[in-house]
Amino acid sequence: MYLDSDRRPTLTPKLALRIAILGGIALVAFSVVFFRLWYLQVLSGDRYKKEAENNQQREIKVEAPRGEIVDRDGRVLVDNRTGLAVKVTPDKLPRDPLKRRDVYRRLGRLVHLRPKRIERAVAKQLKALPFSAATVKQDVSDPVVAYILERQEQFPGVTVERVFLRQYPHHTIGAHLFGTVGEVTKEQLDDQRYRGVNLGDRVGQSGIEYQYDRFLRGIDGASKVQVDALGRLKRELTVKQPKQGRQLRLSIDLDLQKAGQQALAGGTGRGAFVVMNVHTGEVVALGSQPSFDPNIFSKVIRASDYRRLQDPANGAPLSNRATQGLYPTGSTFKLITATAGLQTGVFTPDTVLFDGGSLTVGGVTFKNAGGGGHGALALRQALTVSSDVFFYQLGRDMNGTLRLQHWANLLGLGRRTGIDLPGELPGLIPTPRWRNRLFKKHQTDRPWSVGDNINLSVGQGDLQANPLQLAVAYATIANGGNVLAPRIGLRIEDSSGRAVQELDAPPARHLNIRPEFRQAILEGLRGAASASGGTSAKVFAGFPIPVAGKTGTAEKGAGRPDQSWYVALAPYPSPKYVVAVTDEAGGFGADTAAPMARTILAKLFGVRGDKARKGGPSD
Amino acid sequence: MQNTLGTTVKDFREPQPRGVLWFDPLLLLAALGLIAFGVVVIGSATADDIPGDKLYYVYRQVAYGVVGVALMMVLSRFDYSRAREWKAGVYVAMIGAILLTFALGFSARGSKRAIDLGFINLQPSELGKLLLIVALSGFVVDRVRRLGEAETTSRIMLLALIPAMLVVAQPDLGSGMVYLAVAVAILFVAGTKWTHFAALGVLAVGAILLVLVAAPKAGVHVLKDYQVDRLTAFMHPTDNPRKQGYQINQSLTAIGSGGKSGRGDKATQTKLNFLPEHHTDFIFSVVGEEFGFVGAALVLSLYALMIWRALRILTMSKNLFGALLAGGVTAMLMFQVFVNVGMTIGIMPITGVPLPLMSYGGSSVLVTFMALGLLQAIYAQARQTARAKGL
Repeated sequence: MYLDSDRRPTLTPKLALRIAILGGIALVAFSVVFFRLWYLQVLSGDRYKKEAENNQQREIKVEAPRGEIVDRDGRVLVDNRTGLAVKVTPDKLPRDPLKRRDVYRRLGRLVHLRPKRIERAVAKQLKALPFSAATVKQDVSDPVVAYILERQEQFPGVTVERVFLRQYPHHTIGAHLFGTVGEVTKEQLDDQRYRGVNLGDRVGQSGIEYQYDRFLRGIDGASKVQVDALGRLKRELTVKQPKQGRQLRLSIDLDLQKAGQQALAGGTGRGAFVVMNVHTGEVVALGSQPSFDPNIFSKVIRASDYRRLQDPANGAPLSNRATQGLYPTGSTFKLITATAGLQTGVFTPDTVLFDGGSLTVGGVTFKNAGGGGHGALALRQALTVSSDVFFYQLGRDMNGTLRLQHWANLLGLGRRTGIDLPGELPGLIPTPRWRNRLFKKHQTDRPWSVGDNINLSVGQGDLQANPLQLAVAYATIANGGNVLAPRIGLRIEDSSGRAVQELDAPPARHLNIRPEFRQAILEGLRGAASASGGTSAKVFAGFPIPVAGKTGTAEKGAGRPDQSWYVALAPYPSPKYVVAVTDEAGGFGADTAAPMARTILAKLFGVRGDKARKGGPSD
Repeated sequence: MQNTLGTTVKDFREPQPRGVLWFDPLLLLAALGLIAFGVVVIGSATADDIPGDKLYYVYRQVAYGVVGVALMMVLSRFDYSRAREWKAGVYVAMIGAILLTFALGFSARGSKRAIDLGFINLQPSELGKLLLIVALSGFVVDRVRRLGEAETTSRIMLLALIPAMLVVAQPDLGSGMVYLAVAVAILFVAGTKWTHFAALGVLAVGAILLVLVAAPKAGVHVLKDYQVDRLTAFMHPTDNPRKQGYQINQSLTAIGSGGKSGRGDKATQTKLNFLPEHHTDFIFSVVGEEFGFVGAALVLSLYALMIWRALRILTMSKNLFGALLAGGVTAMLMFQVFVNVGMTIGIMPITGVPLPLMSYGGSSVLVTFMALGLLQAIYAQARQTARAKGL
């Protein structure tokens, strides 16, 4: 039974209108959807397709190993090993901050880092590189890795990755040359030098690693992978293989470097040495004592270790005394005084001066180091016996001019040598202007006086120089006037040792030094190492290679032992190498430094079974 | 059989004359096309979802489809007019089922929407869509002479608002909106005055402002924060592409990347799970990515066909109750299609409304087929009446 109201036999106009409106709404809605789809799919399809591609593709950096560093004979000095780094992938960490801190706490206990520190480090790295894993610790031991991998549920988001770490097979040998590798800094990224380097990449931060970074640095590879929405790897799409950096061949000779460092270690424990080719400026060996094992830098170094390596009480092992030392040079400076005096006409090679054992100027008496006088002598003899009074007179006579300072500077003191090792210090040549300014500022007790120039003439007083600078100065006299920029990098090679690029020697400054002056100086030095009465003649007695050399004993103030110096040129008469050695507390030059130089020269020239003897205490 | 007016009504259950279809074939075609295409899309979208069981969702959706078609056939033979007398019972049953969800329902992703019946997770809020249509149609027919009174409109809207509020609390915002849309559509077909609709519109705008703007300021949170975020995210999807805007952006990328003819097997947005809910709420995005504009247009055409047939059945209905039922079902389908598709293409807020017959899910599939069965019943009985009248 149907109610009357139920009946609706025909379609009323009112209902028809309403149905039409419903149909109209549907039509409009369908049209809107169709146009929107047309816009999305047909008009913007390509753009969205790209977006979809980007969505599922990730580029994973494949780190390239740095190039190896080899010595002049191709022996490996620095290579790579793979280490295991603990990293944190942020989007897989627990979202809950408390749980996240738990993971950091557990991890911190394992790798001996404070949780706060991990948290900060991760936050910092993520700010810079939002979607990549942040490194917590660089080099982790296998048991720790195994512990983490076996307990992944306790360490969500913690991963272990293989990384390349620098390895130094010879430990302390050459430690001061290589420098360190570290993550690129924000400031460096803005630098042209680091074009192509990305945040998180590791680059040379000091030493050779810094200097030749653009060759040593490899080209990272990339593996394009497909990931799903949770970031899980689905498959590898393309791989660009990483390219190892170039091999760098140094002019260093590993055996000589070793011998030099051993010789130095036999002294008082603090000193430096340089062996350089006087014609090419190639540094064959360069060392500083105390040394350190750079392998500790390939791990994340502990703050306490770092402090120890910089602590002056330990001899600051990290500082390179060969290029950063600030020392008075003692009598080794006499070569410079002689050159200055000769070149400026203050005296000639044959000018005879009298050495009565002391010289009194302005009421102050300057004595010979040995005490006694050498009598009347000319330049050659003065160098041979190292007469201080002879050079005092030159220093006195050149006071009032800047001839001595000027020539010291021309010969390479008071300025950087330009060696391809960053961090060298220029040192100081004292001038009246410098001292008077200090005096005005009350930083010293007296103004410049003639005594300062007299002190400078024998390498005492305020002079600050390092062994490398002396080596350059001596090489200039030996090679005919070329002030060389020493260098360690020889050439860039591919991994099999074939040359890719020769590292040309930087241009040398030429000084016009008259040959007869040079000859006279060299003869004087030769006498010192060979003639009877020569300061180092006893040290080199019986040495098969003819050596010319100068001892130096620098006074370092009351209560402190003298610094021992020796600079040798060999083989005489046409020297090929200069060897400069210093021991900070070695006393007389002939006592400590000269025997060290002999050991080094013996190695350099292949003298077998050589035993250096100590010379007499004359300077 | 004679009714009170003396016209002869042939019982539709009598054997039908040969050569006459007692169901709308186009409506059936659209429904079968959609469920079939839906199964194909679910199959490719979920192939990797459950390891070792590529066809997990396919089997289940096919089963729901088979049961759904059977229910549709049964209902198409049902003398729907009888349901009018059960309106109160239907209404109470609906409210009861929804309340039962709070007691027995299990939580999925923070909302309690379904009751586990063993073979199916029944969502009373889905079934409620159909039950509400039946109940409201009945109530409206009762008051058809008093349609001009505001009281009628208020009562009907209140009857819809009660279950709507209940399901929004589950929270199932989408179903709540469907309820209101259905109620408005039924009133609209019945012939409620325009002024009433205008008043309802003002009320709706006021309510939206109250819920989204005023109440949170006063410290009352009617909607959960995520619901508000989702509702408003479509207006500025790039603001927070990794959070609120994530679904919309991934969906737009999926659909857009499909281009003219789709990416087929290379549909990475779907296969690599960038697209969330790719077999349920965002299945249209999968269609867009895998089959492109062509596939999306095909699906929309099938819906257009379905809605056209539904509207036609509405005009044919032998009585007002049937017309109101047809109007409610039409509104339910239209609203769900446009809100769902609109959400995937970024012109509607994300509200968790399934795409009828395409989204995976037993409750939705069964209820949609039952609704279509009702339409078929209205069609069949209208044809019969017309035949009896000699039209």
